[in-house]
Amino acid sequence: MSCAAAKETAPMVHSSAKPDATVNPCTLCAPLGAALATAGVRGAIPLLHGAQGCATYIRRYLISHFREPMDVASSSFGEAQTVFGGEDNLGRALDNVLAQYHPELVTVATTCLAETIGDDVPLLLNRYRTRTGNALPLVHAATPSYKDGHVEGFHAMVYALVKGLACNQGAPSRAVNLLPPLVSPADLRHLREIVAGFDVAAIVLPDYADRLDGVILDRYRALPDGGTRLVDIASMPRALASIDLTLTGRAPRASKLLAERGAPARVLGLPIGVRATDVMIESLSELTGAGRPAWLVGERGRLLDAYADGHKYVFGASVGLYGDPEFVAALAGFLLEIGARPVFCATGARNRALPEALASLPAGSVDEVLDDTDFESIGAACERHKPDLLMGSSKGYRLAHALGIPLLRVGFPIHDRLGAGRILHVGYRGTTRLFDELVNALLQGRQDASPVGFSYL
Amino acid sequence: MGFDLLKERRAQVVRNNRSGVVSLDCNKVSAAGSVSQRACTFCGSRVVLYPIADALHLVHGPVGCAAYTWDIRGALSSGPELHRISCSTDMREREVVFGGEQRLEASLRRLIAQHAPRAAFVYGTCIVGVIGDDVPAVCKRVETDVGIPVIPVLAEGFRGTKRDGYNAACGALLRLIGTGDATAVKPQSINLLGDFNVAGESWIIRKYFEEMGVEVVSVLTGDGRVDEIRRAHGARLNIVQCAGSMTPLAKAMQERYGIPFIRVSFFGIEDTADALYRTAERMDSPDVMGRARALVSREITRVLPELRACKDALAGKRAGLYVGGAFKAFSLVRALRQLGVSVVLAGTQTGSQEEYQELQAVCDEHTVIVDDTNPLELAAFLVEQDVDIFIGGVKERPIAYKLGIGFCDHNHERKIALAGFEGALAFAREVRVTATSPIWNLMPRRTRGAGTAMGDTR
Ligand code: SF4
Ligand code: SF4
Repeated sequence: MSCAAAKETAPMVHSSAKPDATVNPCTLCAPLGAALATAGVRGAIPLLHGAQGCATYIRRYLISHFREPMDVASSSFGEAQTVFGGEDNLGRALDNVLAQYHPELVTVATTCLAETIGDDVPLLLNRYRTRTGNALPLVHAATPSYKDGHVEGFHAMVYALVKGLACNQGAPSRAVNLLPPLVSPADLRHLREIVAGFDVAAIVLPDYADRLDGVILDRYRALPDGGTRLVDIASMPRALASIDLTLTGRAPRASKLLAERGAPARVLGLPIGVRATDVMIESLSELTGAGRPAWLVGERGRLLDAYADGHKYVFGASVGLYGDPEFVAALAGFLLEIGARPVFCATGARNRALPEALASLPAGSVDEVLDDTDFESIGAACERHKPDLLMGSSKGYRLAHALGIPLLRVGFPIHDRLGAGRILHVGYRGTTRLFDELVNALLQGRQDASPVGFSYL
Repeated sequence: MGFDLLKERRAQVVRNNRSGVVSLDCNKVSAAGSVSQRACTFCGSRVVLYPIADALHLVHGPVGCAAYTWDIRGALSSGPELHRISCSTDMREREVVFGGEQRLEASLRRLIAQHAPRAAFVYGTCIVGVIGDDVPAVCKRVETDVGIPVIPVLAEGFRGTKRDGYNAACGALLRLIGTGDATAVKPQSINLLGDFNVAGESWIIRKYFEEMGVEVVSVLTGDGRVDEIRRAHGARLNIVQCAGSMTPLAKAMQERYGIPFIRVSFFGIEDTADALYRTAERMDSPDVMGRARALVSREITRVLPELRACKDALAGKRAGLYVGGAFKAFSLVRALRQLGVSVVLAGTQTGSQEEYQELQAVCDEHTVIVDDTNPLELAAFLVEQDVDIFIGGVKERPIAYKLGIGFCDHNHERKIALAGFEGALAFAREVRVTATSPIWNLMPRRTRGAGTAMGDTR
């Protein structure tokens, strides 16, 4: 392990996409994010406008992470639609989705194919409404993956949901809007719990906790229970405020739009680490006028106690971080807080949010930031920085394996372990778990490397 | 049935009835909005060529199509592992507007220089088919310069079904076959078509043929190597396992090189024995046949006692299956019957008219047979047919589990080899541990109405 003070003033290097091939992508495509965000609304089903493959691949990918049913419809383009436009298929797809699923909302996101042939989806949806007289809400997000990845697709759908559905202006309600990035069901539940600790209702958008980490059933549900209700989404402009935990870079922010409609926005980082969680807790306290609940005070204290127990083992440890911008930025803050070094921070996202977020850190905090990157480049960054450990999705497994260093699985996707949805990353509680895992992964490395081993820390 | 079948899909579902075989409306593009379990044409081409481990596989298109197929199959290699990386030209807006040929060429040149593959396959995805990149021209140019075959595989997702993708892959293989020197190939020799070495299955089968004194010239495409494929025209016989994907190739090789083919399956002990005997018959060698007999009797003696024990444990269990191709379904029905398990629900993504007639013939009365089904249909039939164990792929798994029904992966991500005699045993064990796990007795579907306090866990 090298000394943390060594590179204090070196400027942060910034690398971006290669001019040619992407090898082992560190991003999925935009409709995946849009489909996932849709699962956070009660009774909603996503429909991808384009050929069948995209929807099926996306389902398979999400199912392998959440291990839950995840239905994504497709307008199933053939050659004719590709040449003449997909209006008929979109109409038939909507008819069939309504007949089979009886949804409360259908979201339509576009695949590259539909975008390339230039289908005007809002126009087609209007014509469908007029033709059928159906009043069912339809929300559309443009998600061309030749521009955006899953992170931006997720944000685009949340923005579209707010734009189309959060329209109820009126008397203020005692609620706080919470706009999380792509986090785990366990995170969503804990975020809800934290807000509820301040005696206000939480309107979480999206909230797929119960749909993508659901109970066993004896009768199948076309659309599983759970998700944020449409009436609650409608009431978002009347909330006390929105707490926005996303980093959207150049893209529009849902919370900004909500602010224009009446609910002021607070844009915070994902609450991982003591300081970042404190910021969220203080915000809630200010907004609600309520004090911190005792259980949160206790959790904070226990986290600090854990820090004291384990600080020596993580100090100076160099960590390679990769994943969605919100996670990487928050984890970098957490690592710095405990004296570890995030030597590189990498994301496949293309929205510039990560370099922007890291720019505010003191010089020397992070050696290199890679955005719009792939695992080939992350592998090269590992060669340059020789991290002691990697933190990120399961897609870094082969890299960690080849380097002989531990991988701490966090975020999305986790395809090679059980319980991805149950991983808690946020709050004091989630941080405590992360800290324990980090310390233990490093200890395991030492134990494995020692010829004599040890029986006590 | 607890839900309404979509009108467009009514002719794609039948209930087996001994009084006659019904024709199924199949082999067509999925109904829009139905939530098909199928992928696309591109996927068909990609899965067939995927296991060729010393070739570069470059997906020309936006990043997603490649990202979703990264290391997606458990196709093992005994050497190089180029097939386990995911290469994409990652087209951006600029390419969509101005064309992607330049980026494709730059990607090919860099990756070939970096990885020194023995051949390169370039897969076109949907938007490539729309913006009109001249992929074959780029491939030709690079091929001439770098001296390895650079083969376009144009099976854009919207052009037909997965089957059309298989055909495109067969076309790509035909470009390689016949370009190598096959003079040293033995007279007793075969190609194995349609085995993808998932969990090492090609190795199991290869071992049998080696023991019989039959040379396996190439496996298409499990643990595949470009140079072996180039010599494939030297084999005496093609044995075709995944007939759904590989029949076009077998037919073309028969026409072009006069190599006859037989359809076989290595799934289940009956099918495996039959495959080995029928291959031996075609080798014109009493020695080969003698060895085949010895092998089969030794292996059957070895696995039979445990298979019998599994059968006893599984008596009366009911199975459902939903698989890619019909030939796999036939084998599964037979193998399950051997284990005393009856198949009450069977379906495929890509079956043809004739294949569905055969499926109806091998299935019992009242079996529900579905083509290109969807999650809601599957869920309804699983409950209605009171299935104990469902066999399918990743996308089917959560449907079974959500209902508290056992599930076995029979797709390309599994880690257990199911081919040959040892595979039959592995399959029996897998079905047994799945169907007889004590956890199912706790599930609401089994406890409801059984007088437990918590009949419904919700
Ligand atoms: S075409 Fe676009 S939307 Fe479809 S899988 Fe590929 S990247 Fe994703
Ligand atoms: S874009 Fe086309 S080729 Fe790619 S996954 Fe979708 S349907 Fe398949």
